Amino acid sequence: MPFVPHTESDISAMLARLGVADIADLFDEIPAGLRIKGLEGIGPALSEADISRLMQTRARQDGEPLCFTGAGAYDHYVPAAVWDIATRGEFYSAYTPYQAEASQGTLQVIYEFQTMLASLTGLDVSNASLYDGATAFAEACLMAVRANRRNRSRKILVSRTLSPACREVARVMLKGQQIELVELAIRDGVSDSDALNNLSAADFAAVAIQNPNFLGSLDAVDVLTDWAHSGGALVIGVANPMALALLKPPGQWGAAGADIACGEGQPMGIPMSSGGPYFGYLVCRQDIVRQMPGRIVGRTVDLEGKPGFTLTLQAREQHIRRSRATSNICTNQGLVATAATIYMSLMGASGLRSVATKCNANTNALVDALTALPGVTRAFAAPFFHEAVLTFDRPVAGVLDTLSSNGILGGYDLSADYPELGNALLVCATEMRSATDISAYAGIASEIFGAAA
Amino acid sequence: MSEVPDSCMYTKDHEWLRLEDDGSVTIGVTDHAQEALGELVFVETPEAGAAFGVGDACAVVESVKAASDIYCPVAGEVTEANAALVDKPELVNSSPYDDGWVFRLRPENAKAIDELMDAEAYNRFLAELED
Amino acid sequence: MTEALIFEYRSEGRKGFVAGPDAVPKLPAEALRADEPTLPTASELEVVRHFTRLSQQNFSIDTQFYPLGSCTMKYNPRVCNQLAMLPQFLGRHPLGPVEHGQGYLQTMFELQEMLRIATGMAAVSLTPMAGAQGEFAGVAMIKAYHESRGDDARNQIIVPDAAHGTNPATATMCGCEVVEISTRPDGDLDINRLREVLGPNTAGIMLTNPSTLGLFERQIEEIAAIVHAAGGLLYYDGANLNAILGKTLPGDMGFDVIHMNLHKTFSTPHGGGGPGSGAVGVAERLKPFLPVPFVQRLDGRYTWATEEHYPQSIGRLSAFMGNSGVLLRAYVYMRMLGRAGMERVADFAVLNANYLMVCLREAGFDVAFPERRASHEFIISLKSIARETDVTAMDFAKALLDYGFHAPTTYFPLLVPECLLIEPTESESRHALDAFVAALVDIRDTAYSNPDKVKEAPVTMPVRRLDDVRAAKQPDLVWQAPGAG
Repeated sequence: MPFVPHTESDISAMLARLGVADIADLFDEIPAGLRIKGLEGIGPALSEADISRLMQTRARQDGEPLCFTGAGAYDHYVPAAVWDIATRGEFYSAYTPYQAEASQGTLQVIYEFQTMLASLTGLDVSNASLYDGATAFAEACLMAVRANRRNRSRKILVSRTLSPACREVARVMLKGQQIELVELAIRDGVSDSDALNNLSAADFAAVAIQNPNFLGSLDAVDVLTDWAHSGGALVIGVANPMALALLKPPGQWGAAGADIACGEGQPMGIPMSSGGPYFGYLVCRQDIVRQMPGRIVGRTVDLEGKPGFTLTLQAREQHIRRSRATSNICTNQGLVATAATIYMSLMGASGLRSVATKCNANTNALVDALTALPGVTRAFAAPFFHEAVLTFDRPVAGVLDTLSSNGILGGYDLSADYPELGNALLVCATEMRSATDISAYAGIASEIFGAAA
Repeated sequence: MSEVPDSCMYTKDHEWLRLEDDGSVTIGVTDHAQEALGELVFVETPEAGAAFGVGDACAVVESVKAASDIYCPVAGEVTEANAALVDKPELVNSSPYDDGWVFRLRPENAKAIDELMDAEAYNRFLAELED
Repeated sequence: MTEALIFEYRSEGRKGFVAGPDAVPKLPAEALRADEPTLPTASELEVVRHFTRLSQQNFSIDTQFYPLGSCTMKYNPRVCNQLAMLPQFLGRHPLGPVEHGQGYLQTMFELQEMLRIATGMAAVSLTPMAGAQGEFAGVAMIKAYHESRGDDARNQIIVPDAAHGTNPATATMCGCEVVEISTRPDGDLDINRLREVLGPNTAGIMLTNPSTLGLFERQIEEIAAIVHAAGGLLYYDGANLNAILGKTLPGDMGFDVIHMNLHKTFSTPHGGGGPGSGAVGVAERLKPFLPVPFVQRLDGRYTWATEEHYPQSIGRLSAFMGNSGVLLRAYVYMRMLGRAGMERVADFAVLNANYLMVCLREAGFDVAFPERRASHEFIISLKSIARETDVTAMDFAKALLDYGFHAPTTYFPLLVPECLLIEPTESESRHALDAFVAALVDIRDTAYSNPDKVKEAPVTMPVRRLDDVRAAKQPDLVWQAPGAG
């Protein structure tokens, strides 16, 4: 019997102890009319060998296309040690570290994780991670509304350059609490700071800015941060942690820095894996930490004065505050955060910088190669990190289909999310893409667009 | 037995309220409440100028394992919060009726105070809870 | 056995895992960061040793019996992990075209189908990333359903007082008002009280069945009938689905929406706190509101069902499609169980729980509901021991660690004083259960003979009991380099 260790003699001895004849008798409190005769429609069991063959066939069926798509999930190299260690049974099959004395491993890892994220983003404190970047953004908005006691606004000003997926998830999660997202328009690939003249920062609990923004451009973070603070709005900075190896972190934006930062942690050693599991990070200034949702680990001492780690500030959470908790979240992405901590430890600041620099160089090379083709131009001139928007002289979908049938994921078609950009494609070349890969893309593209002049 | 001074009025949520000479009221949590919560680690106080109605959650007292809202016993505007609790939340444990006061309020209607329990009634209420 | 922080393995000037080219990024100077983030400068071997040593400071299912009530800490088969980590699955971009994803999409579609059958619902969406997000999806769907009918006044969610904290927290997040109702002394819901609170404002009721008390709610058909008659919907919290898998169906009980904790019933790992997966299933009338995307099959081809197909959907709950890697693990597990294996899950989870309950009762422990059959878990109360010896449920929990057992859930549900909520799962052998009983008996004996010894436990863990008050009062949440800050 797979995964059930009982022998026949165990079963009869146990039933005898219970004074029942049959296991079925143990279900006698279920009303007879509700009992079923089994799960019709579920197939027979597969052996480990059989399921292995099946899964390998399915996996191979999907192939391994060359990936030039980013748009929130990035194809980075993950060192072998990362998941080899993260999936050790002691990490993999442990529960939430509520029994601190028996969970020091997980707790210390999370404390190290919190330290790394706080430092990368230039803010004071971090939680133990949230589901993904989009839900972290929604939680950041909720947190900002709770934390901004100055204007008690229930509106968040969100630049349209912020990831559409983040905006959609936030809309869904904020709807019930009547918190409104107000969009700030795009101009030349960045947030339109002139549009701020028609708005008052005092009307918003927070202003949310992504940098590099969804379109890859470096956004007007200093101007927007200072504008928000001038009216008493908080600033939510959204950032790819890989970019923070190079770029000024949210905690240093403008004169005072962002108050809250969040983002998608996937680039830190997490495989793309069809969208998850990833992890969202959420960091903030010390003075608003009690508005933070999710688990937080703190360092303290044991009764002998020895340092140790424990979950702390738990009175914010659902298992204690119930209907008045900061969020219903109880999970963090513990295992994924563990992998990310190992990844960041292996890479160090210099390793991350080198990966980030290579991504920047590769995307520049890709953009140069593609814009050399007739009918392909850069959509705007703003400097970019590792993603850029190209404009085509024809619909993007057809071009992507041709690339796809040649084993290339050519990028993310922006026409549904950003109709104002026309035939626009978001491309990305991480450190994984070689010069040969880039030439392969350019080669097929040149067949589509006609050879370069 | 927990301490229940005669100088205060009480609510079923274990808040106490004391009328001051200037017509304002001081509000805190009772000895019984602090004992049930255990050592406090944080008190969230309302800001001066904030207005609350009766029963509005206006402050939070937090121990390691529990958090409890303080519900405003009478409607009014907050005039002052106890700044000492920021660094020393444990004052609520050591001195619930004096140094551990939570905030002061200018009541909209001073008569509303009379509707709360006096010390004798609160003692009876506590005795019922014990049963 | 304290392990240094990874930041303390400092070797100034050591390059990371990737030797960096000295290339200069093509970015404006004013956009660059001037400071160096606090990341380790350890060698690969130091990193491997550090995290391996840390792992050894954890209890886990792979190393200890873990009878944590309401968490279903069953064996997480290794093969599930291995197959979910096939390189093509890991390398698939979430926005990749469906023609580069038929294998993956078919797998997700079949998982939806298996979960649909196992719960008796009409349709399933896999996108919620944890139980709490499944709850959010469920309550949001209930609200959307009422609103779609112009029934806008329904904003109350009824929750039993024994419910998980996530239930009321979820209702609040969805903008609903929480109405708590009491439990009768026999552990079933107070149905008279339910009748009183039902009305034109009732959006729905959230129930766990078997309940958090480890008891099957015997009046469920009547509850469903009166809630429906009042215009409300029924939400099934799938936390305890392990107890009824293959025995009865939430759909048959009258539930309109359900979330399943795949990390409990379907054995995906808890990972030290996540990732989980909270797939939702719905009855026919809630199908239009399911969170997108999910997988549909059209003309033998698997594609995404999106807002385009389901314009009334509550929308998206994650950037892409939930915790795919977790879903792959659940799929492997379910296929390996097959129909007979799934039915066996409940058989042996319930056999183990009842056996353990009877053994403890016979050993003199107070079972909270002695007249009732245990489901997959049960509660003992240590109230009388605590009164006589001052040794509390928390002390028992800590002492168990020294015996090499993870503690059961303590102080939940809140209704039972000094309680331990114990869930052995089907994975454990009779031998493991007997050893656990012996440990509890031994601890109780010590509580009477030498209570201080129990109150001092644990003594064999990497640390003794920790100062929680200090942790909360002077939060030390990130490490500061000596001399910094």
